[in-house]
Amino acid sequence: MIREISNWGNYPVQTCDIQDFPGEKNILPADPDSFIMRGLGRSYGDASLGKKIYSSLRQNHMISFDPDTGILVAESGISLGEILETFMHRGYFLPVTPGTKYVTLGGAVAADVHGKNHHTEGSFCDHVEYLDLMTPARQIIRCSSRENAEWFQLTRGGMGLTGTILRVALRLKKIETGWIQQRNIKAANFKELCALFEQHRNVTYSVAWVDCLARGKHAGRSILMLGEHAKAEDLQSAQGRKTQLFPAYRKPGLSVPFFFPEKILNPLSVKTFNYLYYISSFSRDTHFLTTCENYFYPLDSINYWNRIYGKRGFVQYQFVLPFAGGADTMQYLLEKISQKGFASFLAVLKVFGKQEGILAFPMEGYTLALDFPISHGLLEFLNELDAIVLNAGGRIYLAKDARMSAEMFHKSYGDAAIQFREKLKNLCPENKISSSLSERLQILYPQTQKQK
Amino acid sequence: MANILIIGAGSDIAGAIAKIYARQGNRLMLAGRNKTDMQALAQDLQVRYSSETQGIQFDARKFDSHPDFYRNLPWQPDLVICVFGYLGDQRKAETEWQEALQIIESNYTGAVSILNIAAEDMARRKSGGIIGISSVAGDRGRMSNYHYGSAKAGFTAYLSGLRNRLYHSGVHVLTVNPGFVRTRMTEGLPLPAPLTATPEQVAADIVKAFRKKKNILYTLWMWKWIMLIIRNIPEFIFKKLKL
Repeated sequence: MIREISNWGNYPVQTCDIQDFPGEKNILPADPDSFIMRGLGRSYGDASLGKKIYSSLRQNHMISFDPDTGILVAESGISLGEILETFMHRGYFLPVTPGTKYVTLGGAVAADVHGKNHHTEGSFCDHVEYLDLMTPARQIIRCSSRENAEWFQLTRGGMGLTGTILRVALRLKKIETGWIQQRNIKAANFKELCALFEQHRNVTYSVAWVDCLARGKHAGRSILMLGEHAKAEDLQSAQGRKTQLFPAYRKPGLSVPFFFPEKILNPLSVKTFNYLYYISSFSRDTHFLTTCENYFYPLDSINYWNRIYGKRGFVQYQFVLPFAGGADTMQYLLEKISQKGFASFLAVLKVFGKQEGILAFPMEGYTLALDFPISHGLLEFLNELDAIVLNAGGRIYLAKDARMSAEMFHKSYGDAAIQFREKLKNLCPENKISSSLSERLQILYPQTQKQK
Repeated sequence: MANILIIGAGSDIAGAIAKIYARQGNRLMLAGRNKTDMQALAQDLQVRYSSETQGIQFDARKFDSHPDFYRNLPWQPDLVICVFGYLGDQRKAETEWQEALQIIESNYTGAVSILNIAAEDMARRKSGGIIGISSVAGDRGRMSNYHYGSAKAGFTAYLSGLRNRLYHSGVHVLTVNPGFVRTRMTEGLPLPAPLTATPEQVAADIVKAFRKKKNILYTLWMWKWIMLIIRNIPEFIFKKLKL
């Protein structure tokens, strides 16, 4: 069916032929030649867009679960939300979760998503026991870190370019309650924030909300939100209302029913919101219990929140910078953004640890995610930011990218990009899988040496 | 805890119904044409809700196989839900008899065949329940799908008669008339969003209606009123329309 499709950023919108994946038994060798798999379309740019798309959403069966090891085997079209709905009250949680649970298992593997615990527990695929992959040559193989390892390393973070992920065996983590012991600490500026991250580096979950419009000595004004899974005994010392070990899941109450008019989110409104948000928690250091839902998925409670950005859509700009000089570069970037008058409604900072996989985004350092409504001059401006990120040894997250140039991709991913292309070509010379993302960034194209 | 047989379990609506009943702790028998698919569905429910489930082979058009099918069920059904159906291609059915026959048998004859057997069993036991998924298309034949519509009209009348008969044995029969639903059957059809239900909504309505011993359920609710109007348009006007 030919349809106009876009991902979460509502930019770009493309005309694609989308159909249900016919199933590994029904798919014929040449049928079709080139396609890209798509799950729930939660990437922000064009990662799961292409001329021909197969939807994985009908491959949504659970296959088995072992309560002793916590290993769940399920088809790739199942959402992380469904997994939580089924297993959280039984005492299991996702080992790594991105900021939304409306992501498919296949998508989580293809982007090798990270969460608030990357520095302590790694990325999604670090907890994948194995996956069953249908290669571009229509072969079905089981791959893991020990078996068909190269396919596994290529598929994790491979943005769907290694074929179709059919089934995933995921090791869930055991939890005692559905609550998180949260601690919020205010930081007056970047320096303080980075020091706090360092001080609390052994806390399982950490993320900082940054007021990216604060300037001068307030630049980097932020709230660090630390979290640990609450144990049963922790609930007893809290207020009486936390009587349920696992709070009942409530479906999202709010929904944005239509696209907001343009310019609702502008530097003034964002600045005001940021200021209010920052001062709303009066103490510098607060401890409290919160539900997993609130801590991990604050935005999921508003259906279609992406419509707040208007019909033109928005771009999410997420990059990672190595620790050395990272804080200074981020400060410089935010200054530049403020100067130009672009406002990011959301600015989220996390810390990354080591990362496996060939085409991987995380590296030890800081990662900052910014949202920009599409407006005049934005895309050119982001190219300027790219140059700064590249210069500082950083790179951009492919699952969020909608506009980076092929040159920026190849320069910033360097060897990783070369290895990905060459190893995949080695394993599968006739690979015709492609997506709008892979075409725009020329991921599978050899790069000739370009002059500066 | 009841034993529930869902016939046509591969359909989207059936899948949604199965999830609700499985979550409530009932035993499920899932019957459909493709045994492997049925088993995959059964296993999925087993993993999600730790429910006892089994996947069984069933073909609505192989009437001779129906008595054995029912006799060999692993658990005696307390509730039989008949969800199978085939929309078919109206234009094709007008000229090709096989297509017309498939529409008739998949929506009417096959249902009569299996439900006769279930009904007889339940009448004898003086317990049980039956849910038949018909369609608003059965309320009035119209040019765009009258093969499907007439088969469903037959099914609706059958269920009505069955309800009448089985009432005297303490067995309840619910007729479900879905309007527009977003499923595999309607994929690609332009359905107006405010009038179109998801399989989950339809399933929730059905489970609730059966619990309340409703006789006829329209889902989404507004279809009751839409069909009331459509049914009452005088024929001399209706025949000129292009619905």
